[in-house]
Amino acid sequence: MNAPVEAARAASTAYGASIAIRNLSVTYSNGFTAVRDASFALDPGTICALVGVNGSGKSTIFKAIMGFVKPSAGEVRLCGFPVDEALKKNIVAYVPQSEDVDWNFPVLVETVVMMGRYGHMNFLRMPSRADRYKVDEALERVGMSAYRDRQIGELSGGQKKRVFLARSLAQEGRIILLDEPFTGIDVKTEAAIIGLLRELRAAGHLMLVSTHNLGSVPDFCDRVVLLNRTVLAAGPTAEVFTQDNLERAFGGVLRNFKLGGRALHDDDDARHVTVLTDDERPLVFYGDRTRQGSDGH
Amino acid sequence: MTELVAELLVPFSYNYMLKAMWVSALVGGVCAFLSAYLMLKGWSLMGDALAHSIVPGVAAAYILGAPFAIGAFFAGILASLGMNFVKQQTRLREDAVIGLVFTTLFALGLLMASIWPTAVSIQTIVLGNILAIADEDVVQVAAIAGVSLAIMALIWKDLMVTFFDESHARSIGLNTTLLKVIFFTLLSACTVAALQTVGACLVIAMVVTPGATAYLLTDRFGRLIIISVALGVSTSFVGAYVSYFLDGATGGVIVTLQTLLFLVAFYFAPKHGLIAARRRRLAATEAAA
Repeated sequence: MNAPVEAARAASTAYGASIAIRNLSVTYSNGFTAVRDASFALDPGTICALVGVNGSGKSTIFKAIMGFVKPSAGEVRLCGFPVDEALKKNIVAYVPQSEDVDWNFPVLVETVVMMGRYGHMNFLRMPSRADRYKVDEALERVGMSAYRDRQIGELSGGQKKRVFLARSLAQEGRIILLDEPFTGIDVKTEAAIIGLLRELRAAGHLMLVSTHNLGSVPDFCDRVVLLNRTVLAAGPTAEVFTQDNLERAFGGVLRNFKLGGRALHDDDDARHVTVLTDDERPLVFYGDRTRQGSDGH
Repeated sequence: MTELVAELLVPFSYNYMLKAMWVSALVGGVCAFLSAYLMLKGWSLMGDALAHSIVPGVAAAYILGAPFAIGAFFAGILASLGMNFVKQQTRLREDAVIGLVFTTLFALGLLMASIWPTAVSIQTIVLGNILAIADEDVVQVAAIAGVSLAIMALIWKDLMVTFFDESHARSIGLNTTLLKVIFFTLLSACTVAALQTVGACLVIAMVVTPGATAYLLTDRFGRLIIISVALGVSTSFVGAYVSYFLDGATGGVIVTLQTLLFLVAFYFAPKHGLIAARRRRLAATEAAA
């Protein structure tokens, strides 16, 4: 860990990009309780994966953080503020799932990124020179400057994702929520996105990533929150992202392959390999150990 | 030649024609503004539903001698609340709910008109009658359209974000619920105004066609609004003007003009038109060969 990164992290700790969820329960108007008594806390300079089966409450947690649903019990605090106040302060940026976006909407790439600046403008949303500069900068950073005049539907899956990442950069939210950021993109874009998230982490941002892509979680997430309509486990990836916990979180939903003995080795090595997958990138356990991320987080 | 010109200028010499032309243009413009949003969300039929739903409100206002806009407004609010309520409480799909609520209210309006035939001219409500519009109605229509236009000019970007990506709109602190309520309130109000110019049956065209045409012509939302409003204003103005020579049928003329322009865009739009698409296909096959 180098000194500037530490310094940036310390600086951002001072203003604190944090999420604190305490005893959160959300019951929808049809009486369905999507999340019951969930608690977890996250600090600045963190990438946290939100992992669970469909219907485990991932999107409800996101909705609670965005103020779309009101908690029936418990509370959500963002950087110490209640949700509505935090949103007014532009603390939260949201990168939507690709399937939630209307790609036929008549907007250009640069317009979408400019939307990230709206919260910083006056009520007429007239961009200042600084706003334009931030947009240029964000586009440059995700490598989309050449596409700024394209209508968003004309882009590839990875490019689409990068546009919305650029918007969250332009917004300068300290907390960034990413909803299934790796669905429908190629490995190269995935690596680029992960690289960008690491840079943001170094700058003290807090990222909460909802993902099915179990295989890449240990690569870039420091922490994991495992959900199944409540928090099953939350903590550092190495402690939480274990085979036992995952089997608890996913029950019989995941494909589980266990390879060992002669199927794997030509020698007497008794260790086995376990592959957990829900049809995205598989998660592999060697023996009883999780494959660790390359950067040591 | 001068005779022809004189003949063509005749509508401008009548006060009622001038009134009809500028009121139509104003209403056409603001409806076109709203159409830019409505057609993007797949809510186009909401406009139709609202127009039909406010008929009993207008009928009630005529019976009670109240300003028609008030009656229509309450009926419009009632309709939107009704649709929302039925949608939330049942598993019915949106189109079924809209169909259910708006036909019920429209039927109620017809019923009221047949019970009190002298107070309510059902033909005026259904087909509009801008050429015979009363002065106090002009004031109502102009006020509705003017205020709506001003509000839209102020919040068009916030509405764009809300309709494009509501989660993001919330994340920048916008009150998306309030914005949507404002939009639908304006939509109801402008539907009421358009009732006077083109009638309940054709309001749907006013709040869909200009936006749909503009959508074929640009990929920028700001330009889409400008094109849409320009189309709405010009077709409504010209439509009212032409209807002088055709004796009535203002709504029919306006909507026919809008459709003609849509067809022109449909074929000739530089990027999204049929001919451009054909040319691209041809180029692609040639490149492949």
